[in-house]
Amino acid sequence: MKTYQSSLKLLAVLVVGLSVTLFSQMPDRSKPPELGPTPSLKMNAVQKLYLANGLPVIVYEKHDVPIVQMYLVINAGSVNESENKLGLAGMTASMMDEGAAGKSSLELSDAIDFLGASISASGGLHSSSVSLRCAVSKFDESLKLFSDILLRPDFPQNELNRLRTTYLTSLMQGYDQPRVIAAAAFSKYLYGSNHPYGRTSVGTEKTLWSLSVNDLKNFYSTYYKPNNAYLIVVGDVTANEILAKLETAIGGWKQGTLPAAPFPKIKQINGRKIFLIDKPEAAQSIIRIGRVGAERMTEDYFPLQVMNTILGGSFTSRLNNNLREEHGYSYGAGSGFSFRPYAGPFIASADVQTNVTDKALIEFMKKLNEISQPVSDEELIRAKNYLALSYPDNFSNAASIAGQLADMMQYHLPENYFTQYIDKIMSVTKEDVQRVAKKYIDTNNLEIIVVGDKAKIEEGIKKTKIAKIQNESVIDVLGPMPNLR
Amino acid sequence: MNFAIYTNYFTDSRTMIRIFLTLFLFVSCLEAQTKISVPYTRFTLKNGLNVILHVDRTTPMVSVNTWYHVGSGYEKPGRTGFAHLFEHLMFEGSKDVPEGMFDQWLEAAGGNNNGSTNTDRTNYFEDLPSNALDLALFLDSDRMGYLLTNMSEATVNGQRDVVKNERRQSYENRPYGMAFLMLDDNLFPPNHPYHWPTIGSMADLSAASVEDVKEFFRTYYAPNNASLCIAGDIDIEKTKQMVEKWFNEIPAGKPVPPQDRTIPVLNEEKRLTIEDNVQLPRLYMAWISPASFTAGDAEMDMLSNILAGGKNSRLYKRLVYDLQIAQDVSAFQNSQKLISSFIVVATARSGHTLQELEKIIQEEIDKIKNEPPSEREMQRTKNQFEMSFYDRLENIGSFGGKADQLNNYFYYTGNPDYFNEDLSRYFALDGTDISAMAQTYLKDNGRVVLSIVPKNKMELSAGGPLTSTEGK
Repeated sequence: MKTYQSSLKLLAVLVVGLSVTLFSQMPDRSKPPELGPTPSLKMNAVQKLYLANGLPVIVYEKHDVPIVQMYLVINAGSVNESENKLGLAGMTASMMDEGAAGKSSLELSDAIDFLGASISASGGLHSSSVSLRCAVSKFDESLKLFSDILLRPDFPQNELNRLRTTYLTSLMQGYDQPRVIAAAAFSKYLYGSNHPYGRTSVGTEKTLWSLSVNDLKNFYSTYYKPNNAYLIVVGDVTANEILAKLETAIGGWKQGTLPAAPFPKIKQINGRKIFLIDKPEAAQSIIRIGRVGAERMTEDYFPLQVMNTILGGSFTSRLNNNLREEHGYSYGAGSGFSFRPYAGPFIASADVQTNVTDKALIEFMKKLNEISQPVSDEELIRAKNYLALSYPDNFSNAASIAGQLADMMQYHLPENYFTQYIDKIMSVTKEDVQRVAKKYIDTNNLEIIVVGDKAKIEEGIKKTKIAKIQNESVIDVLGPMPNLR
Repeated sequence: MNFAIYTNYFTDSRTMIRIFLTLFLFVSCLEAQTKISVPYTRFTLKNGLNVILHVDRTTPMVSVNTWYHVGSGYEKPGRTGFAHLFEHLMFEGSKDVPEGMFDQWLEAAGGNNNGSTNTDRTNYFEDLPSNALDLALFLDSDRMGYLLTNMSEATVNGQRDVVKNERRQSYENRPYGMAFLMLDDNLFPPNHPYHWPTIGSMADLSAASVEDVKEFFRTYYAPNNASLCIAGDIDIEKTKQMVEKWFNEIPAGKPVPPQDRTIPVLNEEKRLTIEDNVQLPRLYMAWISPASFTAGDAEMDMLSNILAGGKNSRLYKRLVYDLQIAQDVSAFQNSQKLISSFIVVATARSGHTLQELEKIIQEEIDKIKNEPPSEREMQRTKNQFEMSFYDRLENIGSFGGKADQLNNYFYYTGNPDYFNEDLSRYFALDGTDISAMAQTYLKDNGRVVLSIVPKNKMELSAGGPLTSTEGK
């Protein structure tokens, strides 16, 4: 057979050689085609500049589409809230465009929409942001509105009342959503409801009612300062031109003194626990398994990326291959580390058909245990290539580039970080993968959340003997249903 | 395609006249529209495969995007969900690609891939570094030419279970998840291709067999029923040769059997209520509206923005901002090839009923019918549409990237670079066009009004009997 194939190929080569313009090559389907040399990531310059008031401005010129993307990040979020004012960071950000420089919420919205622009603000865990996206032809007018919103928010009482009801209603709608319940339970039972990582950033019914216009103004005037922020600009602009415009628009923003922000200690989970949250009539069980992971700046960052890709970070990963492709228990399974300034969670997850909840848990445990054994050469190469070779895709659009640059600023990454990324991934060894798997995927100390139809799944889960079951209700997890006065 | 081409001409000539008139009349107050274009090279292989190439060297990546001109609207009764189940099987291996290797080889080359199915078409993409283009073409041509070689009962069963879980995850276990299945079920008569859901019914998914897979493949997955778009860091001549190398040998299939294109008419108001495990009731009002790229389609799209796009839109301002009786409101023109639907959705705040929401929605729709939107509303909407066209030019790959859009325009209009013509449709409109189409299509006696209410809260419904979603 081998000889026969070779002579066929030879014939094909001859034909091609003789009449190269008339016939295309015959395809060789006996093996996947060899890849050509890997193309390199061509990045434009990352230009780091400063306004006179000290605000760092990162400009990345990208001239293929006539748009501008700005992303202003404030280094304060829900971790900076006091216990009795949960939701304050998010509410402050949401209120930024609800009235500014004397313009009402509706006037601002009309002006922004008329430019075809979008300006929005939101609060996260460690940061809040105000972003602008518009056509470059509408940039000057959009920037004026952006600066009104950033520098001169009015925080009107009536708009606070309106947004408060919106947020309380969202809290109420969380009771409908099994995934929201699972996420809240996972954080709460892992970090504890007294820890900033153990809570949802929306706040609670009680704290939302307590938020006043003064609270918002205080949070704003304490944290929204150029010496506590940075600005990313990506798009069809040049650094010189943009710097002058920014100096005019937001150069008047004054520095301030920032309070110290102590961060409470994080405790790793001790032992194995299953929390079963009853959701009668659920068609699927939501499974979330995990523990405290690692902080973003851990020296294990690159080995963790590779290890997680093999475990549950890609379509061909062990978890997805097992739970979806081999068993058909789920539409998809995966895992991931949530990298934050302090150790965020590692979570393995899947939504599985109710009647295979126990079997799915057994498979999860198998795969989580097996990852501490040496991985195969083929898996290692596949995972590293998947991460490294697809990396340039992060630089295809302005929003994604802005996200990369924000990461660089938040974690003080070196400016050659992006060009070194591929090498750092490619140098991860099999031993590195095994070492971080043993260190971070410790299956003796693990939290397991199941949100599903208790009557149908509890017995089966018990029989797996994976851990003792602690029964919880949706009310235990989310608290009493908000009462909308 | 004849239908689409005819439509194209029709829209085109009308648009030109409008632009001329508008510029003539309002030249001082109207902002001119920018020209948006995505240059491409197009050719057709002997087997009928349409090929579209576009160069974009922003990143050293390439996107290979394939559209098969078949979706759930081509299915047979009793086999609903089949086009989508088939889409899953396209990733499970072919003659020269053992099961599991499609994804493994792509990931080892730094590639991502996916597929999706709707009523009209099925699309697939591989996004990968440009040095791996040959690999993507090998994989795509192998499944286009030789999918059935290793197809087994076990493979079909495996993906059947996955798809059933997709249905549970995306519809059954999701709050309000059964709404759109119920709307299509009531908007379109039982024999219409849009009557049944793309995800399919559980019973039909159970019934699908290997024989069905084979027949479907032979009927619809031929090169002459597909278009291949490659966009990104490519060299046109070399790419052309690579496409010919991999795809030329695949034989053409028979012409695809015609679809039933009877235009459905809804001459009654249907009211129904379903219960769900939710805290708040939600109202859906749905009408049959013009097919994509036909007269009226852009008007309805603009109308959806005027009704529910942004704080100053008619419905948002009244329901959510002023009266604060709704948590959210949205409206959209769901453009499809044969016929579209126009849908308004609103969730009531605690303590409010869907009758209250319906009353306000009705008032606002009546108002639009009788009084054209203001010049500022029109211009505001046009500017937002224009920006959305820029947004669509940044990515080459994934769903909605340039490769996908070139295939999209090609399928619906016959012209891959229909960007500028598409945007012109919106810029050609004035307020009276919006009112006219609202009058024509948003009929009080031809619509579906669906209420989803919490268990045992029928009193919150906007009317209509309690209906089961069983078997839908």
